[in-house]
Amino acid sequence: MMMRTELTGLAGVVERNVYLVKRYAWWEVAFFGYTLASSYTIVLVAKGIQATGGRLDVNRVTTVLLIGAVVWAYLSGIFEVLTDTVAWERWEGTIEYTFMAPLPRPVHLFGMGVFAIAYSLLRAALLFAVMAFLFHLAMPTANFIGAFAVLAVASVSFIGIGMMTAVLPLISPEKGTQLGFMAQGLLLAVSGVYYDVSVLPAPLRAVSRFSPATYTLDGIRSSIIGGTGAGGLWHDLWPLMVIGAVSIPLGLWVFHRGEVHAKRHGKLKRSG
Amino acid sequence: MSPLSVAAPIAGPRSGPVDDRAMPAIHAVDLRKEFRRRERVGRRLATKNSVALAPATFRVERGECVAILGQNGSGKSTLVRLLSTLLLPDGGTARVFGHDIRTDARAVRRIVNRVSVEASFFKKLSAVENLSYAARFYGIRAADSRARIPEILERLSFPADRRREPMEHLSRGMQQKVALARALLTAPAVLLLDEPTTGLDPRSKLEVQALVTDMQGQHDATVLLCTHDLAEAEELADRVGILHRGQLIALEAAAELKQRYGATTLEQAFFAATGGGLDDEIDPDDNRHEGGGSP
Repeated sequence: MMMRTELTGLAGVVERNVYLVKRYAWWEVAFFGYTLASSYTIVLVAKGIQATGGRLDVNRVTTVLLIGAVVWAYLSGIFEVLTDTVAWERWEGTIEYTFMAPLPRPVHLFGMGVFAIAYSLLRAALLFAVMAFLFHLAMPTANFIGAFAVLAVASVSFIGIGMMTAVLPLISPEKGTQLGFMAQGLLLAVSGVYYDVSVLPAPLRAVSRFSPATYTLDGIRSSIIGGTGAGGLWHDLWPLMVIGAVSIPLGLWVFHRGEVHAKRHGKLKRSG
Repeated sequence: MSPLSVAAPIAGPRSGPVDDRAMPAIHAVDLRKEFRRRERVGRRLATKNSVALAPATFRVERGECVAILGQNGSGKSTLVRLLSTLLLPDGGTARVFGHDIRTDARAVRRIVNRVSVEASFFKKLSAVENLSYAARFYGIRAADSRARIPEILERLSFPADRRREPMEHLSRGMQQKVALARALLTAPAVLLLDEPTTGLDPRSKLEVQALVTDMQGQHDATVLLCTHDLAEAEELADRVGILHRGQLIALEAAAELKQRYGATTLEQAFFAATGGGLDDEIDPDDNRHEGGGSP
């Protein structure tokens, strides 16, 4: 009975986000166009280098860059949805009604996470397909099931980290959302988003070991460029599982502490 | 029965301590809230505390309607936000049907709902969409809410052809009706109303007031109404409280309040109790005291 109530609550969170996507459908199209344009400029770099006399395997480098751009878009989607847990609700003024509902916070955040994964996966898949078509990319050995497995396992870690950034607008109503984007940028910068982590300075290389994006990018590139199946990706999957097992409880704890802080200082209300 | 009368229960039966008829709906003992902020005073940082609610002790009985009067900044909204678990108290306790607002917050949330001066919604979503997901947060399944939402909106005289319009297209009165529908959908045992009729036209105001009376009379709901409207307080409430600079200085029947202050109207009693009018605003700094500074 209790479980059913909680599943109903979780469905409510997903339902609300689906309504919002439908009502802002044209904005979704506009934002997708923006993501497409920014990814296009990055992926075009390989052809640009070749045009200026550089010698490289254009197909391979283009695919490496495309995977980086798609993972960036995927992570952006997840962080954006989770940060909206607080930011959008504060702006609309619904935050007080959501936080005074008998919806356990973990269920609330998991609901946001479930929607974030579905929404971001759809966008990322569409982005990948459009870009691959535009660049006539040949991926004869690509193992998409392996890539999907890596992304699925990585999503758990991303949700955990997203919960931690979601609390930022609760602590700083004015700048919290931007801090979330900053965290996303830093995460990808140390994880080899458009390059191999081996080119990073030693301190950043050390940090990259703790970032789930490092293993996500490596695993997806192995699957799509090298054709590695899920079985051969264990060296990327197990760190992702460990980081996921730590980041979810840590994310819930950080969010809880932020909520307590907001309730103590009267910040759990509209317009900060 | 008014046109807004609710003939059948809006939601399923409540259970647990709500069934205990002797238990007070709200019981606060020395409930207190202060807000702290750090400010630079000269060359040092000082912590300034402003008292939002001084230790308040009161009971609201089951089925009772209690109105709290107070100027802007007097602590009315702080009291409502404490009881709806959106603020943590700095001292004292408050129980809602026996559930402590601090340690048993989820149980409190199941039986409390609220309507405030701002009808806050996702403005691009329709009334039905806003109500539908909100119902889910209270464990109401889609099949149940699909039947219940049109029923409640109809009882609130909300036009059927506007149910699927974005909220931003609706008048303030209509939005406030949807806010009431959101609260009624969950059949709250305790309804916290924070200036629910402020800014409404006279007709909408009467409709909302009629509905509150129905909720109280027919659904055994306990109502805590914070208002600026003295006539509304006198019309709806069994007892009237006065909050002034965070202090609950009176809580009794309107007639007794008038008698105590030798007044013929509630307004005169309010003036006598507070030395000011309801529309005056209290500067929060007036309730402030300095704490320990740090260099």
